[in-house]
Amino acid sequence: MSAATTPARTGAGAAKPGGAGRTALRALQIVLLPILLIGLWWAASIASGVYYLPTPGEIAATFVEVWGSQRLADDVLPSVGRLFGGFALGTVGGVGLGIVLGLSSRIRAVLEPVLEFFRAIPPPVLVPLLMLFVGVNTTMKLAVIVSGCIWPILLNTIEGVRAVDPVLIDTCRCYGIRGRRWLTTLVLRSASPQIMAGMRQGLSIAIILMVISEMFASSSGLGYTIIQFQRTFAIPEMWSGILLLGLLGFLLSVLFGFAERKVLKWYNGVRAAARGE
Amino acid sequence: MLDVTGLQKIYPGQHGDVEALRDLTFHLGDGELACLVGPSGCGKTTLLKCIAGLMRPTSGSVELAGEQVTGPPRDMAVVFQEYGRSLFPWLRVRDNVELPLKEKRLSKARRRELSDEALDAVGLLKSAGAYPWQLSGGMQQRVAIARAIAYEPRVLLMDEPFAAVDAQTRADLEDLIRTLWKRFSMTVLFVTHDIDEAVYLGQRVLVMSSSPTIIQDDVAIDLPDERDQISTRGEHRFAELRTRIYAEIRNASQPQEAGKQQAAAAE
Repeated sequence: MSAATTPARTGAGAAKPGGAGRTALRALQIVLLPILLIGLWWAASIASGVYYLPTPGEIAATFVEVWGSQRLADDVLPSVGRLFGGFALGTVGGVGLGIVLGLSSRIRAVLEPVLEFFRAIPPPVLVPLLMLFVGVNTTMKLAVIVSGCIWPILLNTIEGVRAVDPVLIDTCRCYGIRGRRWLTTLVLRSASPQIMAGMRQGLSIAIILMVISEMFASSSGLGYTIIQFQRTFAIPEMWSGILLLGLLGFLLSVLFGFAERKVLKWYNGVRAAARGE
Repeated sequence: MLDVTGLQKIYPGQHGDVEALRDLTFHLGDGELACLVGPSGCGKTTLLKCIAGLMRPTSGSVELAGEQVTGPPRDMAVVFQEYGRSLFPWLRVRDNVELPLKEKRLSKARRRELSDEALDAVGLLKSAGAYPWQLSGGMQQRVAIARAIAYEPRVLLMDEPFAAVDAQTRADLEDLIRTLWKRFSMTVLFVTHDIDEAVYLGQRVLVMSSSPTIIQDDVAIDLPDERDQISTRGEHRFAELRTRIYAEIRNASQPQEAGKQQAAAAE
């Protein structure tokens, strides 16, 4: 905030000295605890000798055998596809409805009590109902995923839209910025930090509901397969399915974080500038 | 160019209505640079919002080049006090300047030409690719000024634009405004609470009373056209004008303390 001659700060992400050593240390920090936990499990499973607790070695071998084959195409990919489909629909619906509700206090006053009611219904109880109405098919599974993941996205979008800076709103009015450009440049970008926070929550809910939607009366999918393994006492196979779900969630979270950093680069910059970095 | 006639603004409130502006009438000629000063809480921002078409007055009218202002007019640009909040933090400096031009449906080449000229005029052409939050406060306000100039307005409104920058930057920006005003031959209405700034910048100073507000005085600033931060401010005439306006504002803010507090609460 000093004199106007202050040079512009360089962008974030400038290379720090000693990069290689830092990367190695960070990698060690990441793998240290997993290695420790796997070691503990190994020791426990050998020591106990319980049938339900196979060693990590067995699970790993089964993992490759079970999921490396036809099941990847038959069960895993369709599940992941439905997950993305449901999440995308939930995002479009949540952001779209959130913008309408965020902009209009009248519509908000009418819809909010009803929305609070629907939000309170746990999505899994909708599964039998949806099976009756739409049958056991992709539509039903998508509906279950959407019915859960839309809420955090919707509520966060409403908050974000309501928090658009009044000075920016006046600026847009003065310069005649309206319509589509107003929506995309002002409203959506302003609300993007909250929208991304909502999507992050929505994504984890979507993964849970993807599995649940396949547990009832289904004949394929990741959730169905794991349930089948449990019912047939295929214990290492069951564990490998749980492992696969964990890995899937982890991977999606990493990918989401990557996208989030791209979209919210400006937001992190503003916050860093406000902290005086 | 700009005619304000009998402007009145009453804010309805829970404890009775608050009359922020009572009866404001003034005229700005084409190409004039006028400053508007008044005690704090006198409704400067209310007046500016009414002129900018952002707020409807209770009664009275604002006319720009003979046309009644009912919404933000196309020929008017506004520079707000809160520079940090009036720029889009997700757009680079050049995109901030060009955004209103896109809405004007200008060609890409023409937009580029206008933004180059405006950024060059405020000395920020080199920072065109930076984000606003990477710049200092004074530089951010320069971007907001560049955006206003690139819009090619006939009237430029400025709402206490330098209230939040440090003294040295402020002096530089004051000189910048004089330079830009001459170069782009706009009509400028500059709102400030700083009497020295008003006298230094303006050809005319309109003095507002405390709330409920009227135009208390209209002072012609008969200082030489070439102004200099050191010599102009050292002139005897500068001191005289400053003293005159200062005395009027002090008189204006004394008798109606209660009204002033009400207006401050309403703002």
